[in-house]
Amino acid sequence: MAKHHVSATLNGNDVEFLCETQQTLLEVLRDELHHTGTKEGCGTGDCGACSVTLDGRLVCSCLVLGVEARGKSIQTIEGMAEGTSLHPLQRKFLEHAALQCGVCTPGILIAARSLLERNPDPSEEEVRFWLAGNLCRCTGYNKIIEAVLDAAREMRGG
Amino acid sequence: MDTKVIKPEAEGRGDRTLKIVGTSPVRPDGVPKVTGLARYGADYALPGMLWGAILRSPHAHARIRSIDSSKASALPGVKAVITSADFPEQKYEFVGPERVAINFWHMTRNVMAREKVLYEGHALAAVAATSKIIAEAALRLIEVDYEVLPHVIDVDEAMQPGAPLLFEDMITRGIDPPPNEASNIAKRIEFSIGDLDAGFAAADEIVEMNFKTAPVHQGYIEPHACLARFDNKGQGEIWAASQGHFVVRAFTARLLDMNIGDVLVHPAEIGGGFGGKTVIYVEPLAAALSRKSGHPVKIMMSREDVFKATGPTSGASMTVRIGVKRDGKLVAADGVFKFQAGAFPGSPVMNATMCGFAPYNIPNVRSVGYDVVCNRPKSAAYRAPGSPISAYAVESVMDAVAAKIGMDPLQFRLVNACRTGTPTVWGPKHAHDGCAETLKALLAHPAYAAPLGRNQGRGVASGFWFNNGGESSATVHVNEDGTVVVATGSMDIGGSRASMAIMAAETLGIEYEDVRAIVADTASIGYTHVTGGSRVTYATGIAVVEACRKVITELCARAAMIWSVEKDQVSWEDGSARRAGAGKHEPLSLKAIAAKRALTGGPIGAEASVNAGGAAPGFASELCDVEVDTETGSVKILRFVVAQDVGRAIHRSYVEGQMEGGAVQGIGWALNEAYVYDDAGHLLNAGFLDYRIPVASDLPMIETVLVEVPNPNHPFGAKGAGEVNIVPVMAAVANAINNAIGRRMTELPMSPPKVLAAIHTAPGK
Repeated sequence: MAKHHVSATLNGNDVEFLCETQQTLLEVLRDELHHTGTKEGCGTGDCGACSVTLDGRLVCSCLVLGVEARGKSIQTIEGMAEGTSLHPLQRKFLEHAALQCGVCTPGILIAARSLLERNPDPSEEEVRFWLAGNLCRCTGYNKIIEAVLDAAREMRGG
Repeated sequence: MDTKVIKPEAEGRGDRTLKIVGTSPVRPDGVPKVTGLARYGADYALPGMLWGAILRSPHAHARIRSIDSSKASALPGVKAVITSADFPEQKYEFVGPERVAINFWHMTRNVMAREKVLYEGHALAAVAATSKIIAEAALRLIEVDYEVLPHVIDVDEAMQPGAPLLFEDMITRGIDPPPNEASNIAKRIEFSIGDLDAGFAAADEIVEMNFKTAPVHQGYIEPHACLARFDNKGQGEIWAASQGHFVVRAFTARLLDMNIGDVLVHPAEIGGGFGGKTVIYVEPLAAALSRKSGHPVKIMMSREDVFKATGPTSGASMTVRIGVKRDGKLVAADGVFKFQAGAFPGSPVMNATMCGFAPYNIPNVRSVGYDVVCNRPKSAAYRAPGSPISAYAVESVMDAVAAKIGMDPLQFRLVNACRTGTPTVWGPKHAHDGCAETLKALLAHPAYAAPLGRNQGRGVASGFWFNNGGESSATVHVNEDGTVVVATGSMDIGGSRASMAIMAAETLGIEYEDVRAIVADTASIGYTHVTGGSRVTYATGIAVVEACRKVITELCARAAMIWSVEKDQVSWEDGSARRAGAGKHEPLSLKAIAAKRALTGGPIGAEASVNAGGAAPGFASELCDVEVDTETGSVKILRFVVAQDVGRAIHRSYVEGQMEGGAVQGIGWALNEAYVYDDAGHLLNAGFLDYRIPVASDLPMIETVLVEVPNPNHPFGAKGAGEVNIVPVMAAVANAINNAIGRRMTELPMSPPKVLAAIHTAPGK
């Protein structure tokens, strides 16, 4: 069967790709568009490592088909920094040592940005519940939570 | 959050003030990891690359009568199919130290089943094709004729006479004379000191309890993945995420019958390992497929494969008996630890028998271990392998003993805490302090005196882990501009590049930002053992400091040349060469000497390779507050404090991170995590939805107390910090639950149904 031709935007840039019906958005991003910053941790929507936004909505890209991205705006970790200027969340993750192995980090950053867009002043509990879909096995979450709260503080101008 | 640093004693390491050691600079590999540019095992690709896929057994135990791959090979796009016939037979022998002995006869059968499949998910064939989709379609065309055999999952059942045998001719090692009959018991080990019977006869109180634990998976978020490019002339390269690319090289070369030097392994970033990536699974398969097809081959495991065919650590069945005098002095302890090895021998039971009673001074001890095979994936190392399991049993009984004699559980442990000179059950005396210091730190912590509410309870426990040294290599090169590159052979799993840069900058007397630390590939640096056993900051750190010292000697020689003085007139201080007597010349900075390198003999650099002895063990004492929902049996962690002796923290935040992460892994082990099998030996929860590791909303902020009793054998006093933090956790949680509801939880995980059942039974002892 012929592949599907899909047009979308990826981090603000127009992209076109061909994909099989069963290929997930995660596979398309990694294998067809060579954006490997988005990670596969489970392939079943349970770990959040593949978090991206699709038209502003936080999704697990392993649960979205590539063809479903047609005409949509995809935001991945590769688009988070503005040129060489890191997003405050990225900076705070470095300052707070909020990553050890770093493989969950792209998904957590995308999810955290999504939280702060909706709630610029979350409580610790709100951060913990928002990020409950993003597994991290290294850190015990302390420093991730601290980094998100600190980034929120800075972004509010505090 | 609430971090305290305790320096209990005068340090005895001179009065030099450290400038960078103990701070928390941003890691050198940080920016690529927050921007998505860091490349992990699955992120590599090559032109002409094929996708590999692995056929796995649907049965827990079956004889392979035949494998017919002709239809798969004929599928358009399929370039190679391999089975065990593509790997040479290995000699049956155990090599290396007993505690970590390897048998390649087992290893080759674990990566590719031969006569039998021994667990659900056991690999038995693999294909390489031009797309993932074709590779997976080809797997469905491989016809396997199985003779399904009876299987055994539980360790106690596997030890029974008449249990289904995984290896029909396996005779238990470690029994003299050897038994006549084959069994699933691969090995028996026993350590003892003193006179056990006399010890128990002298005891005023004795407590004996039985325990069971479930296997748990390391749960790294990155599934195993690699890319291999091998030619049919006997050379190849691998890009892989592992805890030791030298081990990947050695094992893969051995399984493919190649020279070690003909395999080059590039260190990909690793997405978590916790011990589970110290062994190989996909690498030899990708290599064999590449060799057979003539194309690069990439293999990625699915999460289901990771659960079914890698890791976990052992489940166990244990009996622990402890005798005590009324004044609190321990007089005797006896432990029997039966560990599931999984499908091949090699559980961490020997560690368990050694570590269980190690925190304490007990004159009469016996510790017996059994390594038992059963139809589960072969166990792999997991954070202080073995120690957390025996500690769960020992520290639960310790809690019961303290209660029986009416003593505070921390004071009870402190009275019996080991010190330098205390004998161990395996022979040598303890050579370092640290245990008592962690107990004192916890006693002094405000959490220990904080009030508790209804259905709330507090538990404490302690733990021991060896911490390793061993072989490591490092090079230090001074760049043309006076900055420095530090390369080591240690895979960086939790921030070790930052630690290496700190130690190099501190030794050289230059800025942290002027040091770039990298992990070199297997052809570019000397042999370096795995990143495991909490050995890297210690052993690789020693190699880095030694290489820096060689560079300093050379820098001084260059300065002497520039000044036309004797070498012994020059010393190195604060990043500059200085002339004795001073005044005569301005100090020469590293940058200034680097600028004149060509005139003074050329590039400046040094390599150091060590086999580091003198590693000091880790001790941790931990406190847990829980609240038990008596209607559902659900346990909430209210507060958790880790007091750990780290020798000296090199990168403070990453040491805290190890302690926080280890505590949380232990909390998952205590409350949720377990392998669940059906009657046919199929794993029912091979995914993160049903195998639930702790998430952010399950947890409070973990509190850390860095106890620093320096190890004099390390230039900065470091002890391994990665593992011992997990050792006391399950016991601390169990003891807290007991404190809350008056029930001893003797089976892990302490999930809501089990806690509820305990609540509905009469209180035990």
